[in-house]
Amino acid sequence: MLSKRIIPCLDVRDGRLTKGVKFLDNVDIGDPVETAKAYYEQGADEIVFYDITASSEGRGIMLKVVEKVASQIFIPFSVGGGISTVDDMRAVLLAGAEKVSVNSAAVKNPDIISQGAAAFGAQCVVVGMDVLKVGVSEQIPSGYEIVIHGGRKKMGLDAIEWAKTVEALGAGEICVNSIDADGTKDGYELTLTRLISEAVTIPVIASGGAGSPQHMVDAVTEGKASAALIASIVHYGEYSITQLKEYMHGKGVKTRMVW
Amino acid sequence: MLAILDYKAGNQTSVRRAFDFLGIPCSITADPETLRQASGVIFPGVGAAGQAMNQLTSTGLDHVLREVVESKKPLLGICVGCQILLDYSEENDTKALGIVPGACAMFNRGLTEEDGQPIRVPHMGWNKVSLQTPCELFEGVDADSEFYFVHSYYPVPTSEFVIGTTFYGMDFCSVHGRSGLWAMQFHPEKSGRPGLKLLSNFAKFCGEVSNAQ
Repeated sequence: MLSKRIIPCLDVRDGRLTKGVKFLDNVDIGDPVETAKAYYEQGADEIVFYDITASSEGRGIMLKVVEKVASQIFIPFSVGGGISTVDDMRAVLLAGAEKVSVNSAAVKNPDIISQGAAAFGAQCVVVGMDVLKVGVSEQIPSGYEIVIHGGRKKMGLDAIEWAKTVEALGAGEICVNSIDADGTKDGYELTLTRLISEAVTIPVIASGGAGSPQHMVDAVTEGKASAALIASIVHYGEYSITQLKEYMHGKGVKTRMVW
Repeated sequence: MLAILDYKAGNQTSVRRAFDFLGIPCSITADPETLRQASGVIFPGVGAAGQAMNQLTSTGLDHVLREVVESKKPLLGICVGCQILLDYSEENDTKALGIVPGACAMFNRGLTEEDGQPIRVPHMGWNKVSLQTPCELFEGVDADSEFYFVHSYYPVPTSEFVIGTTFYGMDFCSVHGRSGLWAMQFHPEKSGRPGLKLLSNFAKFCGEVSNAQ
């Protein structure tokens, strides 16, 4: 049986981690390569880099980071943030990432999903979606709406419909990020996660709200997700990835325990 | 020197990085002479079977691969490389290399996992391999190790070629071949330490020695 995946997410700007990662005693806490290596050693199943660099110069730096990670870490990793063309995708994949994540660019131009899947294979293309809970309406029948720009701009697009659309366009995976839950540490938005998981047959990653190991168990049981994305719960040393995996394993969740 | 067959099929660089990390000399090549001289050949691949076969036949590398196998040079197929060693793939209705008897079929979305949930396709993530017969490549690899899979089609070789199986809604063959001719559906180059161990065991079988500290 397939294991449920635990995926730490690292925010990178100009080649450095934007939030200091505090659990490491002996490595440069601003270095994404060292931090990724530490998570790899702790048993992370995959790693996500989210590049929040604005400048093209910074993008070049990110590609160097990707190359370094690829030569030292032998698990899959993806890169997202600012990917808006097939050429952007190619650059990241050639540098050594397994997957690219597209978010607002896919909302603005859905063809990028099919173009990316045709050029590099569906397994490479992760569609990230930021979702806000709104009232149920004719336009948004599920009550969950797609937003971009960190939640500031509503797109008039129903999240469930959008999930089905990106699957049909050839996405290999969906990462569902709840804007409401993000940063709260109160747990994932389980209803949303479950609705999306049930609407598509590709794997779904739950994102936003992880504050305790039980939240991750909930995401993959109640939320029916294939994977749980985590950030501050490990970045600030509250838990190691190993501890999170042991907890999930103890709760009967199929988890990769040998690495 | 190991040779990684370059037929523009995607993951050859990841495979080379893994051997670089292990300190095992290898080169990415499409040159028939370099392939003939190599101590062993890795046949990688991601993407679709049809496209991969087209690349092989249009470059004549399909003949070189057959020659490699006939000369008993060790060969390791990975992912799509593992699939197109067989006779046929349902993906793009592809006539494949026919080096190992069997075919490749698509996962049936009606299957359910052990927790009762329907399987998702692609089969993406970490899963175990149960050896059905002893395999040199798995020496020193913990039986509970998991490996990284990402695929929608799975190999169905004839039973005498089944080495390892994996459960995903059903048992499917995840490692096939015989001594010196191995194929893995998962990505050893992306499967952490257990994956690196498989690659170093392959290199050892080929007589390569690591120069890593």
